[in-house]
Amino acid sequence: MAKLTPKEVLLNPVFNNNPIALQMLGICSALAVTTNLNTALVMSIALTLVTGFSNLFVSLIRAQIPSSIRMIVQVVIIASLVIVVDQTLKAFAYSLSKQLSVFVGLIITNCIVMGRAEGFAMQNPPMLSFLDGIGNGLGYSMVLIAVGFVRELFGAGKLFGVTILQPVTEGGWYQPNGLLLLPPSAFFLIGFLIWGLREWKRDQVEHNQFKMAHQVRKEAF
Amino acid sequence: MSNKESTSRTLKVALAVSLVSSVFVAGAAVSLKPLQTQNRLLDKQRSIAAIAGMGGRELPAAQVRALFGETIKARLVNLETGEFADDFDAVTFDPLKAAKDPQQSVRLSKAEDVASIKRRERFTTVYMIEDAQGGIETLILPIRGYGLWSTLHGFMALKGDLNTVVGLGFHQHAETPGLGGEVDNPRWRNQWAGKRLFDDQGQLAVEIVKGTVDPQASMAAYQVDGLAGATLTSNGVNNLLHFWLGEQGFGPFLAKLRSKEA
Repeated sequence: MAKLTPKEVLLNPVFNNNPIALQMLGICSALAVTTNLNTALVMSIALTLVTGFSNLFVSLIRAQIPSSIRMIVQVVIIASLVIVVDQTLKAFAYSLSKQLSVFVGLIITNCIVMGRAEGFAMQNPPMLSFLDGIGNGLGYSMVLIAVGFVRELFGAGKLFGVTILQPVTEGGWYQPNGLLLLPPSAFFLIGFLIWGLREWKRDQVEHNQFKMAHQVRKEAF
Repeated sequence: MSNKESTSRTLKVALAVSLVSSVFVAGAAVSLKPLQTQNRLLDKQRSIAAIAGMGGRELPAAQVRALFGETIKARLVNLETGEFADDFDAVTFDPLKAAKDPQQSVRLSKAEDVASIKRRERFTTVYMIEDAQGGIETLILPIRGYGLWSTLHGFMALKGDLNTVVGLGFHQHAETPGLGGEVDNPRWRNQWAGKRLFDDQGQLAVEIVKGTVDPQASMAAYQVDGLAGATLTSNGVNNLLHFWLGEQGFGPFLAKLRSKEA
């Protein structure tokens, strides 16, 4: 494996190896917290910090972790960090933590965090692992904020809670698209995002895993 | 040096990691606890103040505290007798906790339980603002009930006549944003101000109608627009109002207050 430079480690996950767009991880929370930019942003910061620091701590003790319990040790570290983040949010950003509700706690089970700890931090030195965690967090954040931007702007006519397009319900002209406030809309948006990204970076296009056979007409007897 | 994969080594690493993590987590939880409790209380009080028309949701913390120190008083009510009670301290009493405790709550039968809350506490906390003569200027009642996805928790403020609504709002729910979540929309909430609950015969008449209220209708003073695209949440709010204003809710309490006023 070629030697990794810190810059590559930090920036590759944003477009070249995006955890959501290429690896298809962390979709659940990307659907759930992107109805407005405030929650999307806080969730992004929380996940970036957790991924960064869990990578750092896992990497620091990677030589000591027996392989039979390595996953459990990783989860303990991740869970501790997530609880601290959750408690901090409850203490300093109460209304936001109310909106994010269970999703901060669910960072524990977010595949991106676990995937980076197991896939990168177990083999690489602490600083590089930390940067890799932050980088993957940024990749996740990029998608979340892009999706949140579209959903809040066209679903509620607002950005960061500030009205941009005056909706009809508040005496304006804009008829908000209610679908965008429901989770399925994020599937469409993430789909379009992946499509766009793969048009731009053709090497991300996956090969077909199987070929569709021609349809054959069979008589009933 | 012993083998990294040996059993004793594994146990030691597991123990060390657990210890360090638990100290870390416990430290954070304990040190942040006072701030969190304060936030929760403040959030509730702010919502009460907003519903009683004493300022917006953005009221600074110091003002909220001052308001609850002087103007808005918490009182404990026995829901069965409908009288004020002193069995617990009204400020620290938690009606929601009481509703879960079999000793302090009653199980509701299917027919009684229109708001789908399963158990109702025996005692609850109401908030009042007194006028200069010591009468009630505003009475704030806690209400809750099931909408589409979640239990809506909120408050309703009534004028001293115990019939005219000052405001209504929910501080905690998990309805669909943009649809049922519009119970938080100020435009919908503002409709409640001035609506009446009971008709001239004293019957509960308040109702959330589907669509918009026809201002010419004879019952317009008792009706509120339904939420567009959120029939089940609207029904839920309607049901919980009927429950809490009915015999199982604050019915006896309101009747006692009325007879005292008369």
